[in-house]
Amino acid sequence: MQAYLKLDHIDKTFTRGNATTDVLKDISLTIGKGEYVSIIGHSGCGKSTLLNIVAGLTGATNGGVLLENREVNSPGPDRAVVFQNHSLLPWLTVYENVKLGVDKVFASTKTRAERAAWVMHNLNLVQMAHAKDKRPSEISGGMKQRVGIARALAMEPKVLLLDEPFGALDALTRAHLQDSVMALHQKLGNTILMITHDVDEAVLLSDRIVMMTNGPSARIGEVLEVPLARPRKRLELATSPGYLKCRQRVLEFLYERHRFVEAA
Amino acid sequence: MSMPAIKAEATAVAIPTASPTAAAPVVTMTPKPAPRAEKYVKMTKEIAARVVPPLIVLALLMLFWELVCRRTGSTLPPPSRVFKDTKELIFDPFFDNGGIDKGLFWHLSASLQRVAYGYSIAAVVGVALGTLVGQSVWAMRGLDPLFQVLRTIPPLAWLPLSLAAFRDGQPSAIFVIFITSVWPIIINTAVGIRNIPQDYRNVAAVVQLNPVEFFSKIMIPAAAPYIFTGLRIGIGLSWLAIVAAEMLIGGVGIGFFIWDAWNSSHISEIILALFYVGIIGFVLDRLIAGLAKIVTRGTALN
Repeated sequence: MQAYLKLDHIDKTFTRGNATTDVLKDISLTIGKGEYVSIIGHSGCGKSTLLNIVAGLTGATNGGVLLENREVNSPGPDRAVVFQNHSLLPWLTVYENVKLGVDKVFASTKTRAERAAWVMHNLNLVQMAHAKDKRPSEISGGMKQRVGIARALAMEPKVLLLDEPFGALDALTRAHLQDSVMALHQKLGNTILMITHDVDEAVLLSDRIVMMTNGPSARIGEVLEVPLARPRKRLELATSPGYLKCRQRVLEFLYERHRFVEAA
Repeated sequence: MSMPAIKAEATAVAIPTASPTAAAPVVTMTPKPAPRAEKYVKMTKEIAARVVPPLIVLALLMLFWELVCRRTGSTLPPPSRVFKDTKELIFDPFFDNGGIDKGLFWHLSASLQRVAYGYSIAAVVGVALGTLVGQSVWAMRGLDPLFQVLRTIPPLAWLPLSLAAFRDGQPSAIFVIFITSVWPIIINTAVGIRNIPQDYRNVAAVVQLNPVEFFSKIMIPAAAPYIFTGLRIGIGLSWLAIVAAEMLIGGVGIGFFIWDAWNSSHISEIILALFYVGIIGFVLDRLIAGLAKIVTRGTALN
C-alpha cells in the first residue's frame, strides 16, 4: 500500500508544572489514499489528542505526521476537520460558514462566481442547500453537522479528519448521517481518518479500525481490517457473518482485553 | 417620551387600513382585508398595553408633586409653575442671542457633541486595548492592575489635571468623557476576547485566517455581546460625566445651563433641563442597545 498519510512514532506528553502525563506512546500508522480509517478507544485514551496532532492543532512531543511524504506540523485546509460539536460560527449563515474556508483556499484559483458555485455544490452534496441563508441556531444538530461536513469538504482536503462527528446526535440522525458520509466517501474517494467510540459505526464505515489501549501512555493495540464489500447496506450487514465477526473482535478488544478502568 | 412616539406612529399606520376596506366593493375581489385590520387593532392594543401603565404612573406622580408643592412656602415649584415659567424655553428651543443665552437645543447639542467626540475615542481605544489585554497574557498582567486602579478615579477628579494639560475647556471636557467611558469598554472587551471558544480558534487555524482576518471575522463578532455591554455602560457613564464637567468648565452646554439657572434662581429651568437630560440619557442607552441588537443578532450561543 502506498503511504499517503503517515503517523511516524508519535509520542505526546502533557506537562503541567512538575507533573508530566504521557498521553500517547509510539503511535505509528500508515494510511493509503482513499482509505477510511477509524480510531476507536475508551474515552480519555487520547484519540482526540491524536487527531489534533494530525490536524496540526496540537504539537507532538516526539515523532511527526507526513502527508504525501512532507512533514506537516501546523493546521491547514489540506487536513480539514469536522469537529465533534460542529463549531459553526453562529453569527454567519450556513452559506457564509462554508464560504469562509472556500474564500481562503481558492482565493487565487477560482473567481468569485466559481467560489459561490462551489459553496452551493458542497451544500448540495450534504443536502443542505435549502437552508443556506439560515443561521446555525435555526437548524437542528444533525443539520449543523452536515454543514460542518460541507465546510470541510469544500476545502478539498487531502485528508478529512472527523472527530467523533456523530457523537452528539440521536441514534436515528446518526444513522442517517453515517449513510450520508458513506455515500460521500463512495462518490468522492476522500481519505478519511475518524475518531469514534461507537463500535457499530467503526465497523460500518471503515476499511480499517485502529484500536487503542487505555491511557496513560496509550498505544495502538490492534488494527483490524474490515473486509466488507462496498457499498455497504446497514440492514443487510446486521446479519452478515463478516460484519458480526469484525464487531465481535472490536468488542472483545474493548471490553475484555482493555477494559475501561474506572479509577484511571 | 419615545414610547408615545411609537404609539403615534402605529396609529398613523393603522389609518390607511380603512381605505382598502372602503374601496373593496369597487374592486369586487377583496384579498381578505379584515384580518389585516384585525392585525393593526391587535398591534395597537399591544402597544397601548405597554404605554398606558407608565402614563398612569406619570400622571399620578405629577398629581402628587403638584399637591405637595402647591402649598405656600414650598421651596420647589409645582409642575404647573414649571410649565408656565419655562414655556418659552420649551416652545422655542432654537433661539440664539449670542454668548450663552441660547435655546436648549444648542445647549444639548453642544453637550452631545462633546460626548460624541469623547465616547468615539473611548470606543476605539477601549476595543483596541481590550483586545490586547484579552489576547495577550503578558499585556493583561502588565496593564490590568493599572486599569483596576485608574477606573476607580471619579470622572471629575480628572478635570483639574486635564485643564492643566490642555489649558482649554473643550478638550478637557472631551478628555473627561473619554477617561470615564473607556474602562468598562476595555474590561468588557477583554473578557469577551478571553471567552472566545477554543473551537472558533481551531476553525480559524484550519482555514488559515491571517491575524487581520481573525480579528475582524472571529474576534470582533465572537466578543460583540461583551463589547456592546461595555459600550452601553460607557455611554451611560459619559452622559453622567458631561453634565458634571460642564458645570465646572462653563460655556454652552446643558451642564452649565443648569448651573447658570441655579445661580439665577430659575428653579423651573433646572427641572426642565433635568427632564431633558434624563430623556437624552435614555435615548442614548436605547440607541446603543438597538445597535447591539442589530450587530449581534445570531451571536448568541447555539
